[in-house]
Amino acid sequence: MSVFVNKNTKVLVQGITGSTALFHTKQMIDYGTKIVGGVTPKKGGTEVEGVPVFNTVEEAVNETGANASVIYVPAPFAADAIMEAVDAELDLVICITEHIPVMDMGKVKRYMEGKKTRLVGPNCPGVITPEECKIGIMPGYIHKKGHIGVVSRSGTLTYEAVHQLSENGFGQSTAVGIGGDPVNGTDFIDTLKAFNEDPETEAVMMIGEIGGTAEEEAAEWVKANMTKPVVGFIGGATAPPGKRMGHAGAIISGGKGTAEEKIKTMNACGIQVAETPSVMGETLIKVLKDKELYDKCKTH
Amino acid sequence: MNIHEYQGKEILRSYGVAVPNGKVAYTVNEAVEAAEQLGSAVSVVKAQIHAGGRGKAGGVKVAKNIDEVGTYAEEILGKTLVTHQTGPEGKEVKRLLVEEGCDIQKEYYVGLVLDRATSCVTMMASEEGGTEIEEVAEKTPEKIFKEVIDPVTGLLPYQARRLAFHINIPAEYLSKAVKFMMGLYQVFVEKDCSIAEINPLVTTSDGNVLALDAKLNFDDNALFRQKDIVEYRDLEEEDEKEIEASKYDLSYIALDGNIGCMVNGAGLAMATMDIIKHYSGDPANFLDVGGGATAEKVTEAFKIILSDDNVKGIFVNIFGGIMKCDVIAEGVVQATKEVGLTIPLVVRLEGTNVDAGKKILADSGLNITPAESMADGAEKIVALVNEA
Repeated sequence: MSVFVNKNTKVLVQGITGSTALFHTKQMIDYGTKIVGGVTPKKGGTEVEGVPVFNTVEEAVNETGANASVIYVPAPFAADAIMEAVDAELDLVICITEHIPVMDMGKVKRYMEGKKTRLVGPNCPGVITPEECKIGIMPGYIHKKGHIGVVSRSGTLTYEAVHQLSENGFGQSTAVGIGGDPVNGTDFIDTLKAFNEDPETEAVMMIGEIGGTAEEEAAEWVKANMTKPVVGFIGGATAPPGKRMGHAGAIISGGKGTAEEKIKTMNACGIQVAETPSVMGETLIKVLKDKELYDKCKTH
Repeated sequence: MNIHEYQGKEILRSYGVAVPNGKVAYTVNEAVEAAEQLGSAVSVVKAQIHAGGRGKAGGVKVAKNIDEVGTYAEEILGKTLVTHQTGPEGKEVKRLLVEEGCDIQKEYYVGLVLDRATSCVTMMASEEGGTEIEEVAEKTPEKIFKEVIDPVTGLLPYQARRLAFHINIPAEYLSKAVKFMMGLYQVFVEKDCSIAEINPLVTTSDGNVLALDAKLNFDDNALFRQKDIVEYRDLEEEDEKEIEASKYDLSYIALDGNIGCMVNGAGLAMATMDIIKHYSGDPANFLDVGGGATAEKVTEAFKIILSDDNVKGIFVNIFGGIMKCDVIAEGVVQATKEVGLTIPLVVRLEGTNVDAGKKILADSGLNITPAESMADGAEKIVALVNEA
């Protein structure tokens, strides 16, 4: 078991004929992901990387039985691509595209109300269940199969965390990048809930950053509901207020969204927070020892 | 993206949102001419910089006659204003807004933001106009009223009315206040604003509801479809290095320290600043080279970092995923040679093709200190900078 994606997930690539998408399609196929088709308007009927291309998501779903899609469509058209996938009733849509106007995402969120599709992203590295299914842009080889769930707002910081875990012999159940935008699909709580229910996951690492209050809300949820240990890290403790640190969502404004405030709430809710990004792995391992989960989680 | 108050008011006016008559002036003469053309008994001379708190810093003056307009324009133009938003170095005033004065009955606050919690545009209003809204939010949150707006319907008249009643706008001003709010919302969505703040919104003795100040910020990600907004960009208000970085699609933020950072990914870039601070160092910048960095991009990044005279050392922290470490290493070597680097450089490489990358650095014969991890790299660069 795992969360969101597994070896049976059948994936469409939206915007498959773009150069980034082509590169990652090949990477995903090499990793073993079941890529069943691609979508690029006006390129229907062609084939790339041995994968059939369709004009519309609806057609692609009918022809291939896909239940998930990954979006590499350029930002001006990405919101439309998400809604097309939602309309085709896919279970999961992962949007890698960054720089989508926030107003467009507001519309997407409203459009998705009451619909079955789960959206991950945008502006995220994707989701990977090691040795089963990799959807997105993360380097597959750093991941090892195991029992630690990872959820993060940042791409490269997730790689850093996963690397620290794998190096120390702790494989991952699934790693979920929820993305760095202020308006996104799946959030920390959705992912924590899934990890809590997943029998393979024994503990969770949650990586947040400055801006908004998603980490605080997640911490409160953990305190009330989570039966598995959670450790955390918050990036941007030294970021100055009012400056957007790369991610559209990473900004301290009106005195809200500081790392200090987030860490305080997380600690109060029983989440151990790594003091520096280089001890994320160590911090988790210490907690696993305390909770007598070390042996169970040590995979290699 | 930020724009000036006078530009914001131009946009509001074009949407039928009431603002006082006014003109922009770049010289004292233009300011005097503007006041003459406006022909009002009282004029207001307002410094135009991309920062709030201008009034307290002496950047806003009420002139009772044309002579005073000249005097104040002379005084404010070229002056460096230091406000709570400019930083200690302040900002030089190069433009003025000359506006007709009005007889204010009462000041209110109206603002629009996209609320992260609901993913919806939210209008906020308060009776406590003219003061910092953050202060009101902290001390008397009950005095701020909110309406969450459905993107399908937009702001509905009843919502605007409800806000107006909540903040006690007198009945005789109601229809104008509602029209104002509806227009402001229209501007917000059609122009892809990230913030629209009217503080203060005023009622005047002659029955008007006006935006006395206007702060509009725009979503950078939507500028591709807002060509007229891009026209308003004032490069003189922006950090030179940040402008240069944006040309090469690098995300760069200048900070006060002396250790230059080059990192891939925003989260890792922030974490790198944090770990430098942890080892008692001080980062000079936030710099995310992005996922598709080339040797050329790395060279430009180095040049931008080095154009900051405070920089006494550089820490490159790369976790290659899609980005290959050997490509970064080539870029670092090329950049080091090209810019003739004389300060310490610590490079930490991890991820895709890491061994090839490390070999390139080692074989280059350049004075590059390799690091085994983030912590190791941060510790090393802090030590090297302190030695120098």
